[in-house]
Order: sequence, then C-alpha cells, then structure tokens
Amino acid sequence: MRLFLHPISLLRLLLQSAWLALDQIWANKMRSILTTIGIIIGVASATAVIAALTGLRLYVLESFESIGTNKIFIVPERPQTGKLKNSNGWLLRFHPEEFSGLLEHCPSVANFTRSMGQRLDVSYKDKTESGVSITGIDPQWHQIENRFVTQGRPFSLIDGQQARPVCLINPKVRDKLALPTNCVGETIMVGEARFTIMGLIEEHPQTGMFGSGDSELEVFIPFTSAWRMNNGFIVGIAASRSPSVSEDARAELTFFLRKQRHIKPGEPSTFRLEIIEQYLTQFNNMATMITLVAAGIVAISLVVGGIGIMNIMLVSVSERTREIGLRKAVGARPGAILLQFLVEAVILCLFGGLIGIAIGETLTYGLTKLPNGGLAKASIPFIAIVASFFFSAAIGVASGMFPAIKAARLDPIEALRHE
Amino acid sequence: MTASANPSPAVIRVTELKKQYKVGAETIHALDGVTLDIRAREYVAIMGASGSGKSTLMNILGCLDRPSSGMYELDGQAVSTLSAAAMARVRNQRIGFVFQSFELLPRFSALKNVELPLIYSDVPWRSRRKMAREAVDRVSLTDRARHRPNQLSGGQRQRVAIARALVCRPTILLADEPTGNLDTVTSAEILRLFSQLHEQGQTIVIVTHEPDVAAHANRIIRMRDGKVLSDLPVEQDNAVASHREAALRVQKGAP
Ligand SMILES: Nc1ncnc2c1ncn2[C@@H]1O[C@H](COP(=O)(O)OP(=O)(O)OP(=O)(O)O)[C@@H](O)[C@H]1O
Ligand SMILES: [Mg+2]
Repeated sequence: MRLFLHPISLLRLLLQSAWLALDQIWANKMRSILTTIGIIIGVASATAVIAALTGLRLYVLESFESIGTNKIFIVPERPQTGKLKNSNGWLLRFHPEEFSGLLEHCPSVANFTRSMGQRLDVSYKDKTESGVSITGIDPQWHQIENRFVTQGRPFSLIDGQQARPVCLINPKVRDKLALPTNCVGETIMVGEARFTIMGLIEEHPQTGMFGSGDSELEVFIPFTSAWRMNNGFIVGIAASRSPSVSEDARAELTFFLRKQRHIKPGEPSTFRLEIIEQYLTQFNNMATMITLVAAGIVAISLVVGGIGIMNIMLVSVSERTREIGLRKAVGARPGAILLQFLVEAVILCLFGGLIGIAIGETLTYGLTKLPNGGLAKASIPFIAIVASFFFSAAIGVASGMFPAIKAARLDPIEALRHE
Repeated sequence: MTASANPSPAVIRVTELKKQYKVGAETIHALDGVTLDIRAREYVAIMGASGSGKSTLMNILGCLDRPSSGMYELDGQAVSTLSAAAMARVRNQRIGFVFQSFELLPRFSALKNVELPLIYSDVPWRSRRKMAREAVDRVSLTDRARHRPNQLSGGQRQRVAIARALVCRPTILLADEPTGNLDTVTSAEILRLFSQLHEQGQTIVIVTHEPDVAAHANRIIRMRDGKVLSDLPVEQDNAVASHREAALRVQKGAP
C-alpha cells in the first residue's frame, strides 16, 4: 500500500481529503464534538498547567530578585578529591581573620559580612523565650540583607572591635519578651550573658514565597561578640556590585580565599560559593519535575482521547463501507482512501486541540484572577500552543492510522456488498 | 456481422477464466473456464439464469475482482495480476461501471457524484467541472445537475451513475443489470441511452435478464453454471432461442 504519487497530486489529494473531512465532520457535528472531548480536556489541562507553571516561575524569579540575586554565600566544604578528601570537616571551618582585606582584593564585591548563627534562650525579667536565633554580623550586613535599624542605632565599628555586649532585636522579640515599646537601652539575657539593646531591626521583608508565615524571633549581635561566646561555624555573605558581575565577584572571591587558605594551584578548594541563581536552578529542576508529572497526566488523558477518536473512526469506516467500495470502484487508490480517513482523524483532533487551547486560555485567565496573586502572571507560552497543535495532529495520525488502513484494505466488491 | 468478421481489435480478451468460492467445505465454481473476446464498438449483452456467474464475470472484467485462474487482457495488457493501486488506475481510466443499485453518494449533488472519478485521476482541478458537465449533458440531465440523489427519480439516478461511468472517457462501459431496479418505461429510456452511446462509438457490455434489453445489443452471450453456453450475433441468437424454447415445450409436453 504505497503512496507513490507526484507531490502535486498528493497535495491535491490532501486538500480534497481535507475538504471531504470537513464536510463529514460538519455532517456529524454533535458526534464530532463528543468524540473530541478527550482531546479538548487533555489540551486544555496541558495548556493550563503550563500556563500556571510559567506564572509560578515568574513569581519565584521575582521573589528571588527581592532577596537579591547578587548575593554570594561562602561556606567551607570538604573537597571531593585531593589529600584533604578524608579530613575532618570541622577543621576546614573559617576563622574570622581569613576574610580580612577581602573588599580591597575583590573589586566586584560591594559589601561583605561574616555571619555566625546559633540558637539560645533569651530572657527579660520573668519572660524567657527559648531557641531564639542569635546571629553575629558585621555592620555591612544591613546593606546586603536590605534590612535596616528603625529605632536606636546600628552597631558601630567600636562595638565590633571591642566585642561589646550589645544587640539589635526584631519587633517580635520585643513583643514576646514584653519589653517596653521604646526598648533601646534595656538589658536582656542572651544565653549566660547580658546584652544591651541598641536598636530595633526591620522585620524580614515580605518577599513572595518566603514572606508567608510568621517571622522568627531574631537577635543580632556584633560578629566579634558572637565569636567570643562560641567559636562556631562562620558563613561569609558577599554582595556583588550587580548581578551582571556576580561571576567576576565569584572569581575574585575564589582567588582571594584560595590565597588566604594557602591552597596550591591544582588543589581543590576547601570552600564553596553559592549564588542565589543556584537555588533558581534547583527551582527550575523542581518545576521540570512538576511539568513531567503534569505531562504524564495529560498524556494519559490524550491517550484516552485518542482511543475515542480511533473508536469513532472505526465506526465511520464501517458506516461508510459502501462509500469506500464505490470510491475504490471508480478508481480511488488504497493510498487515497488511507489519506482521506487519516486526514479526517487529524482534522478532528486539530479541532479538539483548538477548542482545548481556547478553554486553556480561559482557565489561564481564571488563574491570573486568583486571590493570592501568585499566578497573576500565568500565561500560555506561544511554543506550548504550537506544541499542542502538533501533538493533536500526532494523536490524529496515531489514532486514525488503524481505521484508515482498515478502510484502505477493504476489497471493493466486498465493500459494495456491505449493507 | 459476426465477431470474427469484425476488423476492430479485441478490447477485452479473457482466456479460461475461472473463479472459485470456498463456502465451508464446498467449492463453488462461479466461473468455470470462460473464454471470449470483445471488440471495440461492440454492444454485448450477457444473459443467463440467476447464479450462472454473470456478475462474477462482470466484476472481473471491471477489475473489481481477480480471477482464481485464467488470463484477462484489457487493451492487450494483462490486468488481473496488477497491484491494487495499478488496478485502481485501470478502473479509473479505462472502465466505466454501472451498478444495478446506482451507488450514488447521498450527500453530493448529481454533478459532484459525476465528478467523483475525476478527483482520483490526474485531471487538473479546472477541467473537472467542465468534464463533469459534459458527461451530465450526454445523459440529458443538465437541468438536474444541482439535485441530490434523493431529489431524483430512479431513472435519473441511473443516468447520473452512467454519466459518472462515462466521465473519464473509458475504453469500455460495463453495466450489471442497470435496469434491474427500474420500471418498464424508465428501463426503456435507459436502454435508449445505451443505444445512443453505442451509436456514438462506445463499447458496451451489459448484463440483463430481459430479452427486450438484450434485443438492443448486437451480440448475446448466454451463460450457464459458470460457462459460456452460446455466443452469437443477436439475430442468430433469437432464432436459436425460439428453437430452444420450442424444444423445451416439446420436452415438457406443454400444450
Ligand atoms: N462472495 C461469494 N462467496 C461465495 N459464493 C459466491 C460469491 N459471489 C458469488 N457467489 C456464487 O457464485 C455463483 C455466481 O454468482 P453471480 O453473482 O455471478 O451470479 P449472477 O449470474 O450474477 O446471478 P444474478 O442473475 O442472480 O445476479 C453463485 O452460485 C453465487 O452463489
Ligand atoms: Mg448478478
């Protein structure tokens, strides 16, 4: 059953088949619509899911922007190779002085702070809160994190140099410990030590996906004070001058820190730099996962839709057996009959796809109006529309092939005898 | 005018044509060694009792079916061994087939029905409508061209079918009981049309049960049990037929 035809004849036959198919579909309007419901639902849900993910991605991207994509975290890391491969990770931790001179050596870095976190009990008079986040910071922390002092004053250089027992708290700590509204100058117990409150710090900004839920109880103390209390695990946080130079900043930081840590060329680094973009990559991976799961579900509904199409095409072939016989009797080649039914299945599916896309667009519009606003930017990418179209056509070919072959193979005499 | 005296070449030549059907354990010999020639411009009627193999022969001549054995040459080309696609092309280009039950597509107008074979031919789009109109004119249905089959009488429907058979200008026009579904008056009209086409030079093979129908032809082939019983020019056939009838009457001892 070959289709050995001249391209122009083939094109002519294709157009002819398309015309016949439209006529046939129009003659069976209701049946055609019911048949394509599977495809309609499949394409509608596929496009809506893709639109939702697109919206979610934009939303997450914006959330990350608000944290700052120019932030670079510096953490110690045991190398995978080299002689330090089996060393004790604790020995590789940073020491406060390892970072001195960093800003001078790294021109692409705008600000830098060391940071050391721990959790301790904090009390004021008879009130105690346990497990409060205590973070030792350098003065530049405010610029990097974009959180400033709203009452009182930030730490001075002297506070740092002398490791003074001073602290900044967030309003939540003030409220939980029942401190007076103007709490500057009050003394609280942080662990075993007394600290004087220097000021109130802004709550963590309400940034998209991270802003939801309650903010933590936070107390900030000068880095040196924290180090004096506990020689803990230091994380460096650098901010590049702009996201576009973050790669330069990264290179400068790597060069600087390798020199500080006396790592010879060729040896692996004993630290790791994390750019916020890496988290974006992680999110993208997650989004891909969701897409795959959704694609699986959608594929199932499309397969079901395809079976519906195949079923109706088989019905169509058996209903029109006499017509097929007649067409063959007047000279239709098997290929021409095959094409006629294949084109009919494809057009049926394309109609389904078209309606599906229209419904998908409507659903997407609905998503953008959802109250929480996370999907406000949901939209169906053009490529998804094109893909839906091709996919529908492919389902048409796949599900129409068997009935079409059946029709093409009919014996003209047998077919004409069919009642 | 006998077949052997006709100088025109054989359009159809079948030799020892056989067709068997297996029904369960039984084998039915629908055609049991048919050999005959049909020349250009002949008007041949095939007659015979029901089940004698007339339709089986016609279907093979129309390339709708293949013989179990034997040879079929159309215009000097062996056709029964061609591929399905090549057979389709032969049906399209060289054969016009008229069925007893018209076989029109109900959703198409008469003109569209006539045009049907052309969409499977190489005829360019623009010429199709013109050719279809010409064919419709030939069967005198010009004023009914836009009607659908269910808006036409039986005779008109058969005219549409004949126009469809003629539209590709076939070498041979085959008709299997074309008047079987029509009343006497309409049958006569259709037969007049066939005679007219024959006068215009069309080679025609027609299957019929009715002697009046056969009378229009110039050669009559009688079949029985899948074999050719007699193959005579119409005048001789008439003589033989009346003789045979007389013999039968004598045999049966009829009054
Ligand atoms: N598809 C088939 N399967 C089995 N037997 C068949 C088939 N087609 C025809 N026959 C048998 O072949 C024989 C010839 O049939 P055919 O249709 O050619 O007869 P016919 O001369 O056209 O009869 P009628 O005048 O009734 O149309 C019959 O005995 C019939 O039963
Ligand atoms: Mg018959």
